[in-house]
Amino acid sequence: MEKPFAITLDPGSSLANRTGSWRTFRPEYVDRLPPCNAACPAGENIQGWLFHAEGGDYEAAWRALTDNNPLPAIMGRVCYHPCESACNRQNIDAAVGINSVERFLGDEAIKRGWKFHPSAQDSGKRVLVVGSGPAGLSAAYHLTRLGHRAVIHEAAPLAGGMMRYGIPKYRLPRDVLDAEIRRLVDFGVEIRLRTKVSNVLEALQDGFDAVFLGVGAHIAKRAYIPAGDASKVLDAVAVLHDMEGAQLPDMAPMLGRRVVVYGGGNTAIDVARTAKRLGAEEAIIVYRRTREKMPAHDFEVEEALQEGISIKWLSTIKEAGEDDIMIEKMALDDKGFPQPTGEFERIPADSVVLALGQDSDLGLLENVPGLVTDKGLVQVDAAMMTGHPGVFAGGDMAGNERTVTVAVGHGKKAARAIDAYLRGKTYAPPPKPELATFERMNPWYYSDAPKTVRPVLDIIRRQSTFEEVLGGLDEHNALFEARRCMSCGNCFECDNCYGVCPDNAVIKLGPGRRFQFNYDYCKGCGVCAAECPCGAIRMVPEEN
Amino acid sequence: MLKQIEGSRAVAEAVALCRPEVICAYPISPQTHIVEALGELVKGGALAPCEFINVESEFAAMSVAIGASAAGARSYTATASQGLLFMVEAVYNAAGLGLPIVMTVANRAIGAPINIWNDHSDALSQRDSGWIQLFAENNQEALDLHIQAFRLAEELSLPVMVCMDGFILTHAVERVDLPTQEQVDAYLPKYEPRQVLDPREPVSIGAMVGPEAFMEVRYLAHAKQMQALERMPAYAAEFKAVFGRDSGGLIHTYRAEDAETIVIAMGSVLGTIKDTIDEMRLPENGGHRIGVLGITCFRPFPHAAVAAVLKNSKRFIVLEKSLAVGSGGIVATDVRMAVTGVGLQGYTVIAGLGGRAITIKSLRGIFEQGMRDELERVNFLDLDRKAVDKQLARERTIRRSGPIAENLLRDAGVVAARNY
Amino acid sequence: MSFQPIKFYQTGTFTVGNRLLPPEQRSVQASAKRFNSINSGHRACQGCGEALGARYAIDAAMEATDGQLVCANATGCLEVFSTPYPETSWQVPWIHSLFGNTAAVATGIAAALKVKDQGGTRVVAQGGDGGTTDIGFGCLSGMFERNDDVLYICYDNQGYMNTGVQRSSATPPAARTATTMAVGPEPGNVFGQGKFVPAIALAHDIPYVATATVADLRDLEAKVRRAMEIRGARYLHILVPCPLGWGTAAHDTIRMARLAKETGIFPVFEAEHGEIRAVLPIRRQLPVEEYLKPQKRYAHLFGKQPHVEVIARLQALADRNIRRYGLLEQA
Repeated sequence: MEKPFAITLDPGSSLANRTGSWRTFRPEYVDRLPPCNAACPAGENIQGWLFHAEGGDYEAAWRALTDNNPLPAIMGRVCYHPCESACNRQNIDAAVGINSVERFLGDEAIKRGWKFHPSAQDSGKRVLVVGSGPAGLSAAYHLTRLGHRAVIHEAAPLAGGMMRYGIPKYRLPRDVLDAEIRRLVDFGVEIRLRTKVSNVLEALQDGFDAVFLGVGAHIAKRAYIPAGDASKVLDAVAVLHDMEGAQLPDMAPMLGRRVVVYGGGNTAIDVARTAKRLGAEEAIIVYRRTREKMPAHDFEVEEALQEGISIKWLSTIKEAGEDDIMIEKMALDDKGFPQPTGEFERIPADSVVLALGQDSDLGLLENVPGLVTDKGLVQVDAAMMTGHPGVFAGGDMAGNERTVTVAVGHGKKAARAIDAYLRGKTYAPPPKPELATFERMNPWYYSDAPKTVRPVLDIIRRQSTFEEVLGGLDEHNALFEARRCMSCGNCFECDNCYGVCPDNAVIKLGPGRRFQFNYDYCKGCGVCAAECPCGAIRMVPEEN
Repeated sequence: MLKQIEGSRAVAEAVALCRPEVICAYPISPQTHIVEALGELVKGGALAPCEFINVESEFAAMSVAIGASAAGARSYTATASQGLLFMVEAVYNAAGLGLPIVMTVANRAIGAPINIWNDHSDALSQRDSGWIQLFAENNQEALDLHIQAFRLAEELSLPVMVCMDGFILTHAVERVDLPTQEQVDAYLPKYEPRQVLDPREPVSIGAMVGPEAFMEVRYLAHAKQMQALERMPAYAAEFKAVFGRDSGGLIHTYRAEDAETIVIAMGSVLGTIKDTIDEMRLPENGGHRIGVLGITCFRPFPHAAVAAVLKNSKRFIVLEKSLAVGSGGIVATDVRMAVTGVGLQGYTVIAGLGGRAITIKSLRGIFEQGMRDELERVNFLDLDRKAVDKQLARERTIRRSGPIAENLLRDAGVVAARNY
Repeated sequence: MSFQPIKFYQTGTFTVGNRLLPPEQRSVQASAKRFNSINSGHRACQGCGEALGARYAIDAAMEATDGQLVCANATGCLEVFSTPYPETSWQVPWIHSLFGNTAAVATGIAAALKVKDQGGTRVVAQGGDGGTTDIGFGCLSGMFERNDDVLYICYDNQGYMNTGVQRSSATPPAARTATTMAVGPEPGNVFGQGKFVPAIALAHDIPYVATATVADLRDLEAKVRRAMEIRGARYLHILVPCPLGWGTAAHDTIRMARLAKETGIFPVFEAEHGEIRAVLPIRRQLPVEEYLKPQKRYAHLFGKQPHVEVIARLQALADRNIRRYGLLEQA
């Protein structure tokens, strides 16, 4: 077309006008640390694996998950999910059911027989891992991934540590435990059962370049309770341990019809619920403080109460008789500590189970130069190394926070430190990005979607069998739950920045490749950052 | 085909033969009969395909024409007087965008005082709008000029205004020769726009142009319009070849070859002037050597053609139906520019404002005065000097002298008296 | 609602797109191949709501017509910032004629296309609130009553922003503009004036009238799509916040539109043949202060001695909208 001068123009010719020069602030894409990831003791990239699950690619999700944690099916059952407590979605409706999605992925992996891809490298180094609990398994897994040979020495006849000998079956079915351990063995982790290490330095002599200690805490703490000869006082560790050996109900520990459990932790709850399942008519937890102060997780307390377990708050056991115990009422003082009141009560009891905490058996560490212990805990540095070079430790023996998840995290961290140590380096964790706080997000964009409640085993069956109490999500629910993730601080390709830019200055790179700013035209208005649902864009002042 | 019909009807039929594709209509006297006739042709199916749009104002009429023309349709509308002024912003815009719209202006005075009768104030107010302006002397020429107007407009991509005297032509029933569709089709090619809104080749029309290019845009508008000075005679010649009669062109002369005095005018008054001159040239009336120059194409102004006619005369008298208030004649100004340096005596006669009858008697009187060089530079034909003097005196003596038009009417005894 | 609510995909229909959605459920704006009818390099202010609204609307119309579209544009910000010689941002056939004649120009285009193209190519006219509700209102009403095949889109930023923020008949009460100064006993624009052109459009009984904001892209696109399915005169009135004229932060443009809708200040509805068919309900209702406070044009209402009675009157207007259009009812 022969166009009249000046008044008629060629289409799109304004591209010659680079409006980027107007900018005083520039937008930048960032990946902030989602609060779930920040809270995960195992260092999982939860937002990262949920991203894949949201798209229905469960294997990719599982692989992203197992980059950090080799035990998702176990995690999905026994983890106390601090991630959910930290979840930003609580500010909208309820936390994302991360734990249930994790369990779905773990179960899916078992069902589908997904294996770990073998490590491409072989360092030729051998590392001894003492104990096959979560810390040891995690350390061995990560060491294997890093190309080292990991050999676990386990004193017990079966692997799993406290996951097997401390956690009741109704919380962690043993086929799940076995499956995830078997996968690790298939991956190349060597587990030597019934192999107790009684002297770590001697064991190291057997061609190992380093050692990771994860012996756990299997020795029950005792409290002095005056008891008659006929009275039956047991400890929780033993009761739960014996449950594992019991192939038939009549081989289970004899606790009687009326069982009193003394303590306020999760172990106390586990024992009480186990007693109920063994046929006890009454299972009573005696705890010296209040429910608010109880270390056990609230949902476990709730489940126990539902199952008919009663709890005597603000009570201590003064003495145990043949068929009853005497308790003393307590009262909290100004500082919240329980103080005796002098008021007593007798309650019937066939047995008393003490659940007052556990200690580690540190016998194998005698005479290790430089290694320090304090109040029964092995002291380690930030890289999980003890005072003795090459000797690392984690799990219950090295920390006060004794959960499976913490142990898995210790194992991973230690493996990376061991890897650095074997290369003659010092492990330096990568710097953490800033936290993706709720304030940095634009929650308007998330549609309303309350949490999917996992099916709970019918109450009668819960009281009489060791079947798993919490069910899993089916695929539909799991997908729904995964899609409740707000992807805090990390682009999830919602196209908002691309759409809301008044200057078309965002380039869409295609699925999985996110976006890029076109600074030739970006005027720096910041609408993209304001309207980014997940807070993955920040505005930075331009130099000069 | 010869037909005895009203001028408006003749124009409407000529426009219809040009196959317009969009016509917008808004009623205003004395133009209304044209669009009424066109509306009937469209609604009855005689003119198809064509969209006839009843708009809500003249401003919309021109705006619809702008849109239609920019989208590649042959577009037509008609207006007059206040209507033309109401659409002025769009009139300039159509020219600025270079859209070949053809519009009939049935010339009428502009108010206040409101007046529906003929003069050229309306069209001449738009002399700088960028439109080509053609003035018809009679209904046959009005008819013919519309056919030429489409040709010219579309070739140059400029809008063309065909001006015809309101009532005098629009409402006069005369015999006209209506061409056939075949003739018009042979003369007027299909509209091929120079620029068009087309999704296959998108452009932005109507950009904002700043000081860096605005002068050039205006210059090009001028240069393009000046091209019409060459095209008009050529199209008139072609027209003669197809239709067999002289019509259009830049100017017409009558008995000017030997004239010492040349009367210059536009539109239907040329007929009266010719009659007057014929009378004056009679030996018994003195055998005055007086001739006529009729301007058909007022914009662009044919300076060279006018100068060529006048160069052998002694004087010219511009008789015009318009007044540049505070200056004098409008046409006269252009004529004087055309003969700059030639040293002719020139007079302006303002005549026929608001439909005032222009009689042979009055014309003869003022022409004879002119030939005796007794005229002022600017003269008002048949002005009631007594009435204006009275009003001027009134304004000198009374502060609240009242509305002029009503005063004059009262003085003339048209409305009931009321003393001031 | 104008659009079909979709299954839960993290963000529903609130975000522009979402990688989880099947392509047919994604917005036009989410597409990497979207038309960008108005291209980069335009000279709109930072965070311009009108530039955004125009791209949303015209891209949607382009999609709906498979690119067979012509646009007419009124004088105003959109025209000035998009087509200063020698550059245009438009990638569609586009014409600017005058400030007040855009609806008529579009009528002419539609008439021409009906003759030339049997109506295969469609027409959108667009202008700001000044060009629509004031100077262009006569032509708009004429186009409506003739039921010409034109979609007219008004980008309402509630004032003459191009000329330096003067009052238009779309300027809300109490708002400060350069001609409704924040001085005197009743600072800002007066109450009881102004007009809501969508309601006037409804009174013409034209086939389609809708309102939208730049904060609800899906709704906006669905309305353009619906409008392009219909022949005859159609009117879409889009609220486009103006950082300059409203005195808001450039990054708050969409937020302001969202607040206008969520407070009930701006009703978002859809009507066919003179009857309201659907409203976009308020999702999380907020008091008008939430909307007013971030805007400097209402700053005189706050400060040390807030004009609580004026704020109450504005709240009453929002409440009337909520009642009149049923904005709190479930969709």
